[in-house]
Amino acid sequence: MPKIKLNLISGRTIQQGVSMEGGKEKPAYREACGIIEMDPADVKRLGIWVPANVRVTSPYGSVVVKAINATMGPHPGVAFIPMGPWANQVVDPNTYSTGMPTFKGTPVEVEPAEMEKVLGSIELVQSTTRKGVVK
Amino acid sequence: MTKLVTDVICPFCGTLCDDLEIEVSDDGKKVTGVYNACAIGAEKFLHSAAADRVTRPRMQQADGSYKEVSYDEAVEYAARVLANAKKPLMYGWSSTSCEAQSKGHEIAELVGAVVDNTATVCHGSTLIALQDVGIPSCTLGEIKNRADRILFWGCNPAHAHPRHMSRYSIFPRGFFTGKGHKGRKMIVVDPRVTDTAKLADVHLQVEQGRDYELLSALRVAIRGNKLPDVVAGIRKERIYEAADLLKSGRFGIIFFGMGVTQSLGKNHNIDEAIMLTKDLNDYTKFSIMAMRGHYNVTGSGEVLGWQYGYPFCVDLSRGFARYNPGETSSNDLLVRGEVDAVFVIGSDPGAHFPISSVRKIAELPSVAVDPHITPTTEISKLHVPVAFVGVEVAGCCYRMDNVPIESRKVVEPPEGMLTDEEFLERVLQRVKELKAEQGAAAAAAKGKVTA
Repeated sequence: MPKIKLNLISGRTIQQGVSMEGGKEKPAYREACGIIEMDPADVKRLGIWVPANVRVTSPYGSVVVKAINATMGPHPGVAFIPMGPWANQVVDPNTYSTGMPTFKGTPVEVEPAEMEKVLGSIELVQSTTRKGVVK
Repeated sequence: MTKLVTDVICPFCGTLCDDLEIEVSDDGKKVTGVYNACAIGAEKFLHSAAADRVTRPRMQQADGSYKEVSYDEAVEYAARVLANAKKPLMYGWSSTSCEAQSKGHEIAELVGAVVDNTATVCHGSTLIALQDVGIPSCTLGEIKNRADRILFWGCNPAHAHPRHMSRYSIFPRGFFTGKGHKGRKMIVVDPRVTDTAKLADVHLQVEQGRDYELLSALRVAIRGNKLPDVVAGIRKERIYEAADLLKSGRFGIIFFGMGVTQSLGKNHNIDEAIMLTKDLNDYTKFSIMAMRGHYNVTGSGEVLGWQYGYPFCVDLSRGFARYNPGETSSNDLLVRGEVDAVFVIGSDPGAHFPISSVRKIAELPSVAVDPHITPTTEISKLHVPVAFVGVEVAGCCYRMDNVPIESRKVVEPPEGMLTDEEFLERVLQRVKELKAEQGAAAAAAKGKVTA
């Protein structure tokens, strides 16, 4: 299986804002934020046809999201997951004595995960925080 | 028949647009239309009328499901959690009014809590930087009327503050800016070609995390000193060109966002951005302003500032206010396991904190006060739905330039629903009773020992 290394950033998108205000338990929120925007060159390196589910893994966690071509590219080497529970599964929580986690600039590995599902926000957060719940 | 309520404040982002027109049903109970708002603001107003809205508090059961409880039970649980905790974290405050914030701080003082707001994952680094080096700033009105050089650094207002450019920064015609955007030059610094960058005269596509280097290079270029061929992925000619463009204006402004506050360097990036502003004032008039996110995160900083002298992560657990980001800030406290209860209001750490912190909230006794279902409410032990500030209840909010604006009530909340302030007032009264009981019990125990 191919696996590529990228630099992950997160941030707002207008779809993130609209779906967030429309209800975070709704599928629209997952569709807006359970994604990873990758540069077409990186998509090619990974050998997938977008949109496709991928697993994103960092030293701090792992999450399945849907890969799409960058809407605000080109930015080879940089991946973008809109702010939200999906990005927060893998971002660097270290604050380096400032109080601020390092939400931008997390080294991640991305690999195809065709058979895995992108979870909804509630399901995702509950399954990774509650003891005894199988992922 | 419907009624039109005019001059409504939008309770979404720090731009606090004050020209919304909301159409409400004749009985004044339901929003039926939203005019002048951006897509996000409109959704916020319309969602208040959602049919599936939770209208009564819910307690988590042993199997993880939720059971409806009364407001009385919710007040009792929240008060007991706070009164019995040694060091509770009271987090959020950015999506509620200054009045509610002030009421919540009274509880925090009584129970010895840590009070932190969403700046901790937003512009906390900015607040540290401006305590370090100060901040030359202005109001959004001054920008509209005077600014002819606009620099957006690490922010994407086209998506995060959708009406910022049309109301204040790029497009409007002001008193001295009669040509609107034609008389303004726009520079964007961002590692991506964002929708904001696409509008810019100059886009510096900085290498991610190299903001400090580029800010320093601009300071060098402004003084006319020598630069290496490439800094932060940008050729020196482009940097000199941007520096000249900034110096040649009559009034300039740097708006900055999460690109600088959340990348490595953090407060030091902003120190450098403020020093760049200072340097530019040797040539022309320049200001700098943070692009604040939640509509009243600035207000929370202000209220904490008046009351305790610090704008976020205020630790009241020792009976006086302490402030030390990195120690008394939410994520550090949660990750290190230094708090024993969590009270969340007007924010959603379940969605917006790193998962390691969220895991701790799920383990602790926790209360989430929020009008809607969010990842936080679905991991907290108690969810208390409340009326929407800015839609169903009025209250004071602060715009990103520290201007207070009174938000308006446009519709009635669902029958029997409390506001943030009412809920906090009831919890406060109950906490007072519990603390009196605890004090009496402690005195009695001490008396026994002495006897």
